[in-house]
Amino acid sequence: MYSYSEFDAAFVAERNHQFRAQVERRIAGNLTEDEFKPLRLLNGLYLQLHAYMLRVAIPYGTLNAAQMRQLAHIAETWDKGYGHFTTRQNIQFNWPELRDVPEILDALAEVEMHAIQTSGNTIRNVTADHFAGAAEDEIADPRPVAELLRQWTTDHPEFQFLPRKFKIAVTGSPNDRAVIKAHDIGLQIVERDGEIGYRVLVGGGLGRTPMIGKVLSDFVSQEDLLPYVEATVSVWNLLGRRDNKYKSRIKITVHEHGIDDIRARVQERFEVIRPAFSGIDVALFEDIKTAFAPPAFRQDGTEVFETTYKTDPIFRSWADTNLIAHKAPGYAIVQISLKAHGATPGDATADQMRVMADLAEFYGHDELRISHEQNVILPHVHKSNLPALHAILKKHGLATANIGLISDIIACPGMDYCALATARSIPIAQQIATRFDELKLEHDIGELKIKISGCINACGHHHVGHIGILGLDRAGVENYQITLGGDHTENATIGDRTGPGFSADEIIPAIERIVEAYLDQRQDRDETFLEFYRRVGMAPFKTALYEQEKSYAAE
Amino acid sequence: MPKEFTPKVVTANALLEGDVVYQTVDDRWSRHLSEAELISDEALAKLRLAQAEGQPELVVGPYLADAKPSDDGPQPTHFREEFRRTGPSNYHHGKQAEVN
Repeated sequence: MYSYSEFDAAFVAERNHQFRAQVERRIAGNLTEDEFKPLRLLNGLYLQLHAYMLRVAIPYGTLNAAQMRQLAHIAETWDKGYGHFTTRQNIQFNWPELRDVPEILDALAEVEMHAIQTSGNTIRNVTADHFAGAAEDEIADPRPVAELLRQWTTDHPEFQFLPRKFKIAVTGSPNDRAVIKAHDIGLQIVERDGEIGYRVLVGGGLGRTPMIGKVLSDFVSQEDLLPYVEATVSVWNLLGRRDNKYKSRIKITVHEHGIDDIRARVQERFEVIRPAFSGIDVALFEDIKTAFAPPAFRQDGTEVFETTYKTDPIFRSWADTNLIAHKAPGYAIVQISLKAHGATPGDATADQMRVMADLAEFYGHDELRISHEQNVILPHVHKSNLPALHAILKKHGLATANIGLISDIIACPGMDYCALATARSIPIAQQIATRFDELKLEHDIGELKIKISGCINACGHHHVGHIGILGLDRAGVENYQITLGGDHTENATIGDRTGPGFSADEIIPAIERIVEAYLDQRQDRDETFLEFYRRVGMAPFKTALYEQEKSYAAE
Repeated sequence: MPKEFTPKVVTANALLEGDVVYQTVDDRWSRHLSEAELISDEALAKLRLAQAEGQPELVVGPYLADAKPSDDGPQPTHFREEFRRTGPSNYHHGKQAEVN
């Protein structure tokens, strides 16, 4: 893992020192809220519906055990004993008091973490594939370049007052698990004639106007990457609309000007700034890469795993659902579900955080990842350790075998916490998970991604859910719109709206009717929900949603 | 005819804790909506809001929220204010678990 340089540590310490003084001046009445708000947002501190909320960056979703333990310590000391992992691989503390925030930031700095640029019109936390360094299909680990980008973007003087926020995601695999097509810039590591480089996508995004990212360049070399990304952000910084916040994101700039025009402008700007990049960035990148060298993988037998797999059905179900093939022989990628049926998606208690930290330390080469799907990953576990690991997870409510299934739901905080929300999303996720658990159907249904947002800003990625749910306020009542057929992968697709929305009471039965229609009409168990939707389209779902409802009413 | 004025309460978040608070008749900030001053007069509502805005050392982001009278003091008319009064609905914690 990357360790802070002296410069990094001094920078974070200085920022924390400044913020401590800013908080003191605000409390003493020497700063107004209008003066203080931009300062607190620079340090990830929001004021939400019921309390302050501190959003802490987890760069490219990677943590070690000591960092996870510190998050547990913060949750217990200054919050209500839990934290919430988000779709941008961050963690949010929902209840800090203003006076305590400088203490929390100092505690984070002790383990090389911070909350800088987790808010505001800056370049946000750079996210990456949560299987980085472990995935079988990986061309190269995306984290070194994500770290390079983190260093380049942090406090970059040209990019502190952008037209709007700016999000970058990186994948090192052709199978995209980082939703790069829904980011302002998406980077895909590719290989051309033996050379590693980057395919650059631009102008993706969800929110009010969802757009799939477009290819800006098919291949940018390592030497050209930073100037090319800088040129792209610069073009938007000048061209992006500051008159209307709904039109300010780069997706609108690309849409309005066309990708060819943007590409030409980026190329022109690139040629101007390229000479200023003397190669220090490439040397730094090589240094960073060594920090992400793979751990020394063990050579060991997997008999314990095979035996337990044959004899313990609970373990087998968990292994079938929550494990992913690892690139190293004898190893597995473990996905820990933070989606126990009826629990809040993405929440972990301080105790659970400590357990996961211990497991990472004992069995997982001291590595943890946070996925954008709000789960925790132990990327490198030898299969011989899996039965012991599973037994410990089970004791702490962390062994739910539902990754990729209907109860593994992404849900934004919604109106239970968020000041921007127009409706709740967590209780909808809780009810869907509980209902399908009662029906004992979820393994039969198979892969089905439900994603729920509590407002049009789409933090819950509803547009790219196989089933997307968007909570709105319709004349003072919560109302939920459904979209179908969204896809968050390399085949990214925006889902189609089914029609009129449903009330909070009607939405769970509506989801049930959708799933029944799929189960009744799929060719066989191998045809996934998404494949079925792509084959048959909206018609059977419209019938199930709207016509059956009418016929029930008529009975 | 001018539109009938919907009664209001002045609400905000406490500067230090971030808690939802309501302005009372005797110029306190209460955690309980039931103790809030229900304002039925538009001019008075504007004045009371202006007074709240003059207390940045105590509260953040004061605004007027619709409310209706009841035997137990003002009640919310919109679900957002219902959640602000009670706390998160995903499980029992936050305000509902702490305010007596």
